[in-house]
Amino acid sequence: MSTLDISSDPRDTGLDERALARRLADLWQTPRGIIGTLSSVDHKIIGRRYIVTAFFFLLLGGVLALAIRIQLAKPENRFLAPDLYNQVFTVHGANMMFLFAVPVMEAFAVYLVPLMIGTRNIAFPRLNAFSYWIYLPGGITLWVAFALDMGPDVGWFAYVPLSGPQYGAGKRADIWAQMITFTEVSALAVAVELVVTIFKQRAPGMSLDKIPLFVWSMLVTSFLIIMAMPAIMVASTTLILDRLVGTHFYNPAEGGDVLLWQHLFWFFGHPEVYIIFLPAVGMVSTIVSTFARRPIFGYLPLVLALFATGILAFGLWVHHMFVVGLPRVGESFFTASSMAIAVPNGIQIFCWLATLWDGRPVFKTPLLFVIAFIITFVIGGLTGVMVASVPLDTQVHDTYFVVAHFHYVLVGGAVFPLLGAVYYWYPKIIGRMMSERLGRWVAGLVFVGFNLTFFPMHILGLIGMPRRVYTYGPEMNWGSINLFVSLSAAILAAGFLLFFVDAIRSAFSGEPAPENPWNAPTLEWATSSPPPSYNFERIPVVSSSDPLWETPETLPVATGLRTDRRELLLTSLSEANPQARESSPRDSIWPFLAAIATTVMLISSIFSAWAVVWGSVPIAVTLIAWFWPKGTPEDAA
Amino acid sequence: MRQRIALDVSELPMHGLEGASPTWWGTFAFMLLEGTGFALVIAMYLYLLDLAPQWPIGAEPPRLGPGTALTVILIASLVPNLFISRWARERNMRKVRFGIVIMSLLGIAPLIPRAFEFSALNTSWDSNAYGSILWTMLGLHTTHIVTDVADTIVLAVLMFTRHGTNLRRLGDVQDNALYWNFVVLTWLPLYICIYWIPRL
Repeated sequence: MSTLDISSDPRDTGLDERALARRLADLWQTPRGIIGTLSSVDHKIIGRRYIVTAFFFLLLGGVLALAIRIQLAKPENRFLAPDLYNQVFTVHGANMMFLFAVPVMEAFAVYLVPLMIGTRNIAFPRLNAFSYWIYLPGGITLWVAFALDMGPDVGWFAYVPLSGPQYGAGKRADIWAQMITFTEVSALAVAVELVVTIFKQRAPGMSLDKIPLFVWSMLVTSFLIIMAMPAIMVASTTLILDRLVGTHFYNPAEGGDVLLWQHLFWFFGHPEVYIIFLPAVGMVSTIVSTFARRPIFGYLPLVLALFATGILAFGLWVHHMFVVGLPRVGESFFTASSMAIAVPNGIQIFCWLATLWDGRPVFKTPLLFVIAFIITFVIGGLTGVMVASVPLDTQVHDTYFVVAHFHYVLVGGAVFPLLGAVYYWYPKIIGRMMSERLGRWVAGLVFVGFNLTFFPMHILGLIGMPRRVYTYGPEMNWGSINLFVSLSAAILAAGFLLFFVDAIRSAFSGEPAPENPWNAPTLEWATSSPPPSYNFERIPVVSSSDPLWETPETLPVATGLRTDRRELLLTSLSEANPQARESSPRDSIWPFLAAIATTVMLISSIFSAWAVVWGSVPIAVTLIAWFWPKGTPEDAA
Repeated sequence: MRQRIALDVSELPMHGLEGASPTWWGTFAFMLLEGTGFALVIAMYLYLLDLAPQWPIGAEPPRLGPGTALTVILIASLVPNLFISRWARERNMRKVRFGIVIMSLLGIAPLIPRAFEFSALNTSWDSNAYGSILWTMLGLHTTHIVTDVADTIVLAVLMFTRHGTNLRRLGDVQDNALYWNFVVLTWLPLYICIYWIPRL
């Protein structure tokens, strides 16, 4: 059926490793030059860009956090004016959630999942490129707006009516809403890619019970993204419609309702916590098993806990709304479900502890971060069970107690494992080791600095200090604790600074990394550090959930793939039996151009609703050019 | 690491079809994503309805004519849509070319009654929350028709070029047909919400 000449049919069968590597490199390498850079569809290049960009946003968001701490260090401080303070805490929160936490977790998956399941590239690699090129302008939009004194000032959840047309004058709330659109389009695209990659591109033999736990966690996370993020898209779109064309979704005078906003936002916002946390769970499981030197204890309960958390995540959102006056029975239901989610999380903690208990743990930096995580996250989980109870929540709602709680679960629960993951996978990604000595300092400073900074905030909340106030009077007696918190934040900042120094320095002068420096069991360690553009010379064949521990010397592989087109293997959903040799698209500039066209449309639509109409024409043109067959060997079927 | 050949995949087909095709699964993932979006819009509709003292707010119920005509066209389009999917599976190029032209026309046809639906709503998006949610439902669904019909037309053009006979393009035709079923099926609950619930 093909129009292409496939009579010459070069295969990798019988080629020696050097010749094969040369041919694959010719085929998969991203071309040099600016066009090549903008056209790359290599999941590793895109994943690396994502990680670097996300950490850059972490740095910027961290600077804002320090500005907040300077402002609050003493009563009636005048470092930040009230209006600027509103922008600072809003941009800090929005940046950390939408530009750092979700993208960085997906970024690690974009880089690691194809390697961990033994394939050559992510599914829909051009969509992957597009997702990065749409994420970047979303971030730039927020920060340029902030630099122009146009930063959102309505809190990261942008409650109406404050963000609506009546109170949110100017373009600040529109910037927030459109930043949401950019980042959610990007996150949703990656989620779809990951689901299909994990479903269809696993190495032959990697049946469901042999999938690495990080990959499981990303599968569940991707489904959470697919089913939760449409809620924030609907919310931000209807908000922008209220603001720009005069709809009345959130206007009680015309049949609208402000609580509708809170329902929509938190229907997304609570799963969002697990969208950030579940990948971290996957990272922890991976690190614990490697450094405990034994297969993970309780693989099946850990997978089931991921699913249980994912499902319960959709039944919790109202616990963010306990003080708005909902029916009692509803509150009881959401209290029960909020407490229930502690069960799967408890199971995970016990499985990790059992793995460490029964193993021969090697306390390298990644494992130190995991231990810091377990302690900190358990504290955050306990305060979580506390605020799940309506009377207690009513008391501490909108106080620093809540600020302390969610930083414990988000920083302790996700950023600590993430830093561990950086130390763990850095050698694979960069090809050099990070410093073990500095790493220990980073882990210590971040752990101590974090707890000294955030634990006293529980007390501040209990003695009544509300969140989001730009200052407080001396008579409140909050000054000394706040000063202590601000000084501790300097320790935390020093830890992060040292981390960045180590990461940058090691890229140039770190010790060269071997293929498998940690003697880890999963497939990403079966290829060179950093991996070649084609990931593996031959696709691995798997017969165990810890393949590199099963056969440490040799890697069983598949042969018979072509060497004249980008080709990878498709396997069946549950057993991962080989089904087809599928082509993988070549580099293309069109995803970049489509993202530019989309950016022009989205930004213009803040100023004129008609931009949605004329702006779709260039988008359609770029998309058609993107999908139009180019007659390359990848088109053959 | 040393490699040991454990499997020969040279006899496998060069392209995965249907359940073995990434685009097929990708289409499903996007249907789940957009289906969630439709479900949320319907939930908003019911939420606003529940709050309102009377429904519709300050307007007559929408006129049934254009919306019903569109519904009839959409349901009727499912028949050739099922056929084109089958023809693509059978790799019958002549029939696929015929079918894709028909499906392009059947994609454009509902846009004509759709244009009249907006004025048949008897309310404007900026009248009140009822008008806002009706226009949003209709707008969201119209976006789906327009994007799918654009996709269908591009495929139709492709079918008459040298790329048309490629097995991959026939897979695209099947995925496109699958997605059109989704566009039709998501309309039915919206049709009930917009046209019939206000008459209860």
